[in-house]
Amino acid sequence: MSVINPDQIDAQRLAGMRPDASRGDIDPALGDGSLVDDPALRPPLVLNGRDFHDVTEIVCGYTEKAPGWWWFHALGFAATVAGPAQNMIHYLIITGVGVWGLNNQVDWAWDITNFVFWIGIGHAGTLISAILCLLKQEWRTAVNRSAEAMTIFAVVCAGIFPGIHVGRVWFAWMLFPIPNYNWIWPNFRSPLLWDVFAVSTYATVSALFWYMGLIPDLATLRDRAHRRLQRGESQNMKLRLALPIPFPVLTMPFKGDTLRAYIYGFLALGWRFSGTHWFRYEKAYLILAGISTPLVLSVHSIVSFDFATSILPGWHTTIFPPYFVAGAVFGGFAMVLLLLIPLRELLPNMKDLLTLRHLELMAKILLVTGMMVGFAYGMEFFIAWYGANQFEWYAFIGNRANPETAPYWWAYYTMIFCNVVTPQLFWVKKFRQNPIIIWIVALFVTVGMWFERFVIIVTSLHRAFLPGEWHMFYPTWVDILTFVGSIGIFLTLFLLFVRFLPIFPIAELKAVMPGASPHDHEHHDDDHSDDQGDAPAKEGAH
Amino acid sequence: MARPIYQTESGARVFGILAQFENTLTLTNAAKAVRDAGFRKWDTHSPFPVHEMEHAMGIAGRAVRPLAYAIGLAALTGVVGGFLMQWWINYDYFIVVQGKPTDGAWEPFIPVTFEMGILLTAFAAIIGMLAFNGLPRHHHPLFNSERFLSTSDDAFFISVEAKDVKFDPETTRKLLEDAGATHIELVEE
Repeated sequence: MSVINPDQIDAQRLAGMRPDASRGDIDPALGDGSLVDDPALRPPLVLNGRDFHDVTEIVCGYTEKAPGWWWFHALGFAATVAGPAQNMIHYLIITGVGVWGLNNQVDWAWDITNFVFWIGIGHAGTLISAILCLLKQEWRTAVNRSAEAMTIFAVVCAGIFPGIHVGRVWFAWMLFPIPNYNWIWPNFRSPLLWDVFAVSTYATVSALFWYMGLIPDLATLRDRAHRRLQRGESQNMKLRLALPIPFPVLTMPFKGDTLRAYIYGFLALGWRFSGTHWFRYEKAYLILAGISTPLVLSVHSIVSFDFATSILPGWHTTIFPPYFVAGAVFGGFAMVLLLLIPLRELLPNMKDLLTLRHLELMAKILLVTGMMVGFAYGMEFFIAWYGANQFEWYAFIGNRANPETAPYWWAYYTMIFCNVVTPQLFWVKKFRQNPIIIWIVALFVTVGMWFERFVIIVTSLHRAFLPGEWHMFYPTWVDILTFVGSIGIFLTLFLLFVRFLPIFPIAELKAVMPGASPHDHEHHDDDHSDDQGDAPAKEGAH
Repeated sequence: MARPIYQTESGARVFGILAQFENTLTLTNAAKAVRDAGFRKWDTHSPFPVHEMEHAMGIAGRAVRPLAYAIGLAALTGVVGGFLMQWWINYDYFIVVQGKPTDGAWEPFIPVTFEMGILLTAFAAIIGMLAFNGLPRHHHPLFNSERFLSTSDDAFFISVEAKDVKFDPETTRKLLEDAGATHIELVEE
């Protein structure tokens, strides 16, 4: 075999064996050098021969250096969009759920659609951090931190809707088994209460998992700030207006690094990168990954029980739990791609850490989960026919698929087009390796997954058993602004995360880089005696 | 016999000795040497978990067993407590819904039982990990060394505490030098 493992070049270079090893001449067929076809080869996870120090500099640089102008504009836009959501929630609380377009027949509509939409998006983060961790998929290290952050922010958005849809928000505490003087307790035999526990456990465990991963990286930021202070390299913090109008720059009486050293230092809990600590840390992390895996599968299963345990045609289906979980992963990965592809262009050097191969792998997951969702759509029709229940048959044909009788047929076909048709592009290698096409498909998928929940909830509800009760649902401006505002809340939180926390797991990324394992340094002599040693990297393509 | 108290030239007490290594291989080999020399109060420091370092340090199993028991206990508490909470609440405040059977029906309680087990396990994993590691901790003498700060970037170290019975400034330094340390310094308390 006359090919060379790109990993080996880096390992040799780090061991001082090949100081001249150039990564400049990469075969165009390899994209940025990460798209190696041969399954026997392990393509590099970090490009351009970056070493440990480079990774620290790149990732810490995102929080330590002033952000580009795009960040201020994006934050301003996101926060402006988020603002009305708070007004709408306030309006809803002081007026009542009648400000939404709900009616007697359609008593769940955009509120629960948005809830399921956001909680589904949250599933990609835990899937990447837990399931891919157990499967030893090392490429996850490039995306897991931002995906976990996205998970938490999506759960924040999801949590808003069930909280406010109860009508009397000041009684929402009754969702939890809190002892009270009325001696009443919640009903633990209701899937809605299971949902309360599932979602709150999920939010808590995701946040713990995320924070645990952050501890070493916060310590890195702490040490860097501390060292700059020691060396006298820090300057006083300056506040300047993020708008192109003349305004005096305010110089604060303290140094920015003092603030960093204190805040990151507090959050890093005194982590000192000890081998004994790492050992316990890794075991605890593995246990968290092990329990998060059934957790992530359980959460959307339980969300689906909200529907599946009812007798409403269109909801009363045993396929719901796996179908919801697949849809959640599908929608979540679409959102990860939607956020990371622009970020990859905007942040300097991010392409070295998040390679085309990462995007291709996520596109493949979109294809797989999209096919699962498509299979579930088909299976619903099969069971409706095979089950010979006329109400169920009507729920799927009369209420969804047949444009002659179904008022919401356009929502159904939007869903099918976005979720089943567009991911098929990823069968073609050129498409799934092209960030722009991946981004567009991810956008379609995100829209499609919102429509999926809308189709499940509204089209099933608007025509239940008695035709006399049939009623259409029309969203009000409050519905629309609340949903759009939740996107603003999500983006605001994500932009703040990009600015203030390490968006890559620095320690985990280093651990999968060449030179991290003691074995990378072991066989210097063997590599020289091999005839692979002098082959150029581009031969890896053939 | 009382342990000697080591001091630096400035009169400060010595916390221990800090040796830097070039890469994970020399670090692992040095860790094996320190382990085989019979030291107890020492540690390695690396920017990321090094593969199989627990064996090189001779702490595999021993360091995590109590943590594993603590996490297992928390999981059991969550499962049993979660189930009993629901069972008692269902008994105390009995709601008949859709005529479903209530006496002895345990099946509806499984989802919340499961979630409670997960919740307590997760808390035990992270809090237990920190507690057994002696964290959070406000300061540590090793942070007095400026060089040590680069362990969060790309440097590898071994620290041996002066409290270790085998510690001796000269012989320990020799041991670490022979193991391939590129830089050795004494760290003040």
